[in-house]
Amino acid sequence: MGTPIITVEHLSKRYELRHQQAERYTALRDVLTNKARSLFRRGPAASVTRDEFMALNDVNFTVNAGDRLGVIGRNGAGKSTLLKVLSRIVDPTQGRITIDGRVASLLEVGTGFHPELTGRENIFLNGAILGMGRAEIRSKFDEIVEFAEVERFLDTPVKRYSSGMYVRLAFAVAAHLEPEILIVDEVLAVGDAQFQRKCLGKMRDISTGHGRTILFVSHNMGAIRSFCDRCLLLDRGRVLADGPTNDVLPLYFGVGKDTEMDGFRISAVPLDPSGEWVAGSLMRIDISWAEGRYRPGWHADVACYTLEGTKLFAFQSHTMPGVNTEVVGSNGVRFEIMNPGLVDQDIRLDVGVRPSANQPYNVVIENALLLSPSNKGISRDRVPDVLLVPQATCMAL
Amino acid sequence: MSQYRTVIEPGTADRRYWRDLWGYRGLFVFLAWRDILVRYKQTVIGVLWSVLRPLLTLGVMAFLGWLFESSVPGNVPRLLLVGAATLPWTFFSTAFSESANSLIANSNLLTKVYFPRLIVPASTVIVCLIDFLISFAILVVLMIGYRFVPGVQLLALPLFLLLALITALGSGLLIAALNVKYRDFRYIVPFIVQFGLYVSPVAFSSSDILNSDRIPQAIKFLYAMNPMVGVIDGFRWCILGDEVPIHLPGFLLSVGISLLLLVVGIRYFRNTERGFADVI
Repeated sequence: MGTPIITVEHLSKRYELRHQQAERYTALRDVLTNKARSLFRRGPAASVTRDEFMALNDVNFTVNAGDRLGVIGRNGAGKSTLLKVLSRIVDPTQGRITIDGRVASLLEVGTGFHPELTGRENIFLNGAILGMGRAEIRSKFDEIVEFAEVERFLDTPVKRYSSGMYVRLAFAVAAHLEPEILIVDEVLAVGDAQFQRKCLGKMRDISTGHGRTILFVSHNMGAIRSFCDRCLLLDRGRVLADGPTNDVLPLYFGVGKDTEMDGFRISAVPLDPSGEWVAGSLMRIDISWAEGRYRPGWHADVACYTLEGTKLFAFQSHTMPGVNTEVVGSNGVRFEIMNPGLVDQDIRLDVGVRPSANQPYNVVIENALLLSPSNKGISRDRVPDVLLVPQATCMAL
Repeated sequence: MSQYRTVIEPGTADRRYWRDLWGYRGLFVFLAWRDILVRYKQTVIGVLWSVLRPLLTLGVMAFLGWLFESSVPGNVPRLLLVGAATLPWTFFSTAFSESANSLIANSNLLTKVYFPRLIVPASTVIVCLIDFLISFAILVVLMIGYRFVPGVQLLALPLFLLLALITALGSGLLIAALNVKYRDFRYIVPFIVQFGLYVSPVAFSSSDILNSDRIPQAIKFLYAMNPMVGVIDGFRWCILGDEVPIHLPGFLLSVGISLLLLVVGIRYFRNTERGFADVI
């Protein structure tokens, strides 16, 4: 852990919402009529109803030199506002930020790119906008061009570029900045998968190779997980959680270790003596329901997803080998799912019950549980000669 | 590392503002360079536009002056008299209107990157200055055509150019900052420019106004408050010599207004600058 490079204390940003106005900007007319009105009336001009909106509300955190901090949260949580305040684009309403180092922010790909200018000209322009000196740009010019893979089109106006080329060029310029602190907002959402990987790789180089501090906003949790060692979870302008990425991500997805909802109780217990869900060992999932909730003949299904929403595998109570029709009991059902070799990747579990196999679900509980496979390798107690493929058993409770 | 320490707090006037501004001079140059490069892209006659526009104004204004029989001192050709006024006026009007719109035109930059916002209108004014220098060829051609040799007072021309720059920048900054919040100024600017052409001594000379018996004193005073009066009178004196003298009290008033505009413009700009990204 290094020394604090960014300290944010009691930071708030308030916006006023004016309900009267449909237009984005103020018209002088309104100001004048309101002023005139308030001359004749007591109190403030009444025609405009004001509402306050706290985009950031008492935010506190510190970032150490060399940290790779992910900033996550739903839309409207305040992520972009936070980055804008840190980049000095907007002024905070309250609080104090101390930053020890030069900041470069990449809030948008290709800020200031001019469509009429050529690729070469835009590299210089964009570099200057992002805070590079002319000599610095010149010394990195070849590297930038090579990274962006646009050698042939250097002297073509960028308005004739494909959107992929445009984005590559823009990111390439930004990636060659050398500030102490790099602030990146959701810019990797563009470009093909290969280029996204290249960008993340470049950012990792910047961070580890040069010890730079990076603040990274993204909705792509795969990128956040692989890139950030720490995460800040924002919710409606407040810091909901601040800690190691693996601890914060489950909160973002809103999943916990056991759940009770809608008359259902769902819990998970690892059966390995180590107390963890190591590869080859079983996780016992108990789904029980309140008296009277049960209807005879219920089928129960469980499905496992990565946090990003990719379905890994699913089990249905009535399609398991060797089960009878009473597998789902009146009190509940138990699944024992073997970890097929998952390591260091949180799994979320969805549960559903339905009258029979091909009918729609009566009840679906999404994000019911969070299962955390251990990263300790393969269980010593595992059943010998069992292949590590997704498998489970199912029985009545 | 602490040499780069930045403290962000609400409303604190940044004491390092002017040093910051100097640090961003590279961006200033690049923005001006961009505008110059882009200005005449995809036009057929390109840079000729910066000559053609003042040339057409010159023709019309000279015609109007001739039609209404405005005075022409001694042996000064009318075209030269009007030309010495048209060029600074064209510079002022383009610099003023373009810098007034510059913040809105660059709103994508304002909301995505930090830099001292003063750079944007200032670089716009510089671009117009370069246009002015190109269009100065008109005057040179006219002087050669009329075999007119200017006196030593021509050396003072840069001073009056500076005055024109101050006037354009001061008013441009003020309107640009107001424009961010009140878009009414989008409509006011073309009006000021159009109106200004008729109340500034372009088609006529200041002596027509100041030496007239028919015009009341109050109107003369109002006339002298137009900052462009000082600029244009100065230009005429530099180029045409003592036959077109500067009327000193009026000139000083006009210069005073120019400087006042600059101070007010910068102060208002600086006070509202930090909120630009929120309201633009």
